[in-house]
Amino acid sequence: MFLRSMGLIWTIIQELDWSPLWISVKTGLAATLLSFFLGIFAARRAMWAGSRGRAVLDGILTMPMVLPPTASGLILLLIFSRRRPVGMFLRNTFGISVVQSWLGCVVAAVVIAFPLMYRSARAAFELIDENMIYAARTLGLSEARIFRKLVLPNAAPGLLSGGVLTFARAMGEYGATSMLAGNIPGQTATVSQKIAMVVQDGDFLTAGVWVVIVLAIAFAIIVLMNLIFAGRRNHAYHH
Amino acid sequence: MPITIDIQKQLQGLNLQIKWSSSARRIAILGASGAGKSMTLKMIAGIETPDRGKIIADGRTLFDSGRKINVRTQERGTGYLFQNYALFPNMTVRQNITIAGKAARSGKEALVQDLIRRFELEGLENSYPVSLSGGQQQRTALARILASAPEMILLDEPFSALDSSLRDKMQLELEKNLADFPGTVILVTHSRDEAYRFAQETVILEKGRVAAAGQTKEVFRHPQTAAAARITGCKNIARAERLSDHDFAVPGWGIVLHSKERLPEQFEAVGYRAHDFIPVWDELPSGMLQACIRYNEDARAELQFEKIFYFYPDAAAAACRSPGQTRPAAHSLLTWMVQREDWPLLEEKGMPRYLRLDVLKVLFLREEDGEYDEP
Repeated sequence: MFLRSMGLIWTIIQELDWSPLWISVKTGLAATLLSFFLGIFAARRAMWAGSRGRAVLDGILTMPMVLPPTASGLILLLIFSRRRPVGMFLRNTFGISVVQSWLGCVVAAVVIAFPLMYRSARAAFELIDENMIYAARTLGLSEARIFRKLVLPNAAPGLLSGGVLTFARAMGEYGATSMLAGNIPGQTATVSQKIAMVVQDGDFLTAGVWVVIVLAIAFAIIVLMNLIFAGRRNHAYHH
Repeated sequence: MPITIDIQKQLQGLNLQIKWSSSARRIAILGASGAGKSMTLKMIAGIETPDRGKIIADGRTLFDSGRKINVRTQERGTGYLFQNYALFPNMTVRQNITIAGKAARSGKEALVQDLIRRFELEGLENSYPVSLSGGQQQRTALARILASAPEMILLDEPFSALDSSLRDKMQLELEKNLADFPGTVILVTHSRDEAYRFAQETVILEKGRVAAAGQTKEVFRHPQTAAAARITGCKNIARAERLSDHDFAVPGWGIVLHSKERLPEQFEAVGYRAHDFIPVWDELPSGMLQACIRYNEDARAELQFEKIFYFYPDAAAAACRSPGQTRPAAHSLLTWMVQREDWPLLEEKGMPRYLRLDVLKVLFLREEDGEYDEP
């Protein structure tokens, strides 16, 4: 019995279509790259903005984190639909389509994962001692230099862990992706969508194999985060 | 005039209105916490912006709301020493100093090396701030400030985080390190000892207003307002009535005093320093009693070098005979301090019957906050 199921699992792994994994990883990386820089940029903007401006900006940027992903996905679908102005414009001028395409996977993942990066970046910036920034100004350092030489290096652990969390969230995105990009095998079918699909077909063994793969990736991410923080702590105290 | 300030800023629970100018090179801003000292310093540095007014340093207008001038912090040339020193944690001692360096690249290295030597930081150049002691951090912060070639140095309570044994040593060190600095140095502190030893001129702030300003020794010797007297360490302050050109009464203490000198035209309160009371053991003729306060002891405390006696006058004693009140109100208590060399006299003769006031040592005070005449 045990041997038989092991054999069955082995057959599944041998015949497994790995494309959902590559699509998920590719989407995760692209979305993280975009969110990382956008998030840092937006967080810096929010820091410079007044308290009222910051509240408004915060609300807009954090919204997708609170909204059900399918709701966000529907809104995105309405925006990017080929029959509506934005979608039409993108298609006619650049020949790109967000709906039912890999680009849609990335857009959905960015929208959903970006708030995580923005929040992490803001928290990391807010932890920086204000006096340090003031001191740098009295010493004559320009704002750009302060950001590069002081804010970024001191916020690095927070930014990196934010980046890792963003990657994890982007890679696992399901709701908005299924709405916007659909579930096209080899193109937009991510691991999350694949798992949902095979379970619907009653193929629990294949779903289980995917879950194990996802578990391994999640574990690697957690180890990576701990390494980032441990490395930082050593840097701070053992010179 | 090295510095002229006339600014107003509304803060939570405090309306800051500072108007003061000074020509000294070493200035202290003295006041209790929450008086607006640090805020004033931050406005000079451009870290905080006043609602209106002007700040002029060495003839240069740093801020003028009327003319819409607000020089950026980076261009004000004010070195600011923070209470926590605000060193850059991701940089070594050398990097902390180098990044502030104003000299051209070739001269910079020599400048930084010279500062490291002058501030006794040799051997620590490659250490990070977390591994430095408080004193080393302060020296690094000062070296960093001097590397930026400031025109003015602002010290924001630089010793308040230290324990008292270290404080004295660090203050001496700071004074030595700043001895050759030709520009203005402003020290913000709540310690009158720090202000007294450091500054040629002192400004006393109370609740966001200037309570007194002028030559440090003069401000301490002759504070003009009740607030200034309190901050310079005068423990006994009470409402007074001017009876004639030579006589005045202090109802709360139950005394009437006669002065050979003509009294100031206007005063609402008097102050008397705790060390200045003269003990009287004998019963006095009624004519002299007017200048004495009966010694009714409430509590005492013994310090290393002096004893403190808290007592209340008969006027307050009468109040505590009323039902429900067993002790005189705290505000009616007076303080008498006796230094160690006078203790034998007290042991021999016991506690005095009266304490006499020397009219020459009475401080005549005005009570309003923040009003004073330009020196």
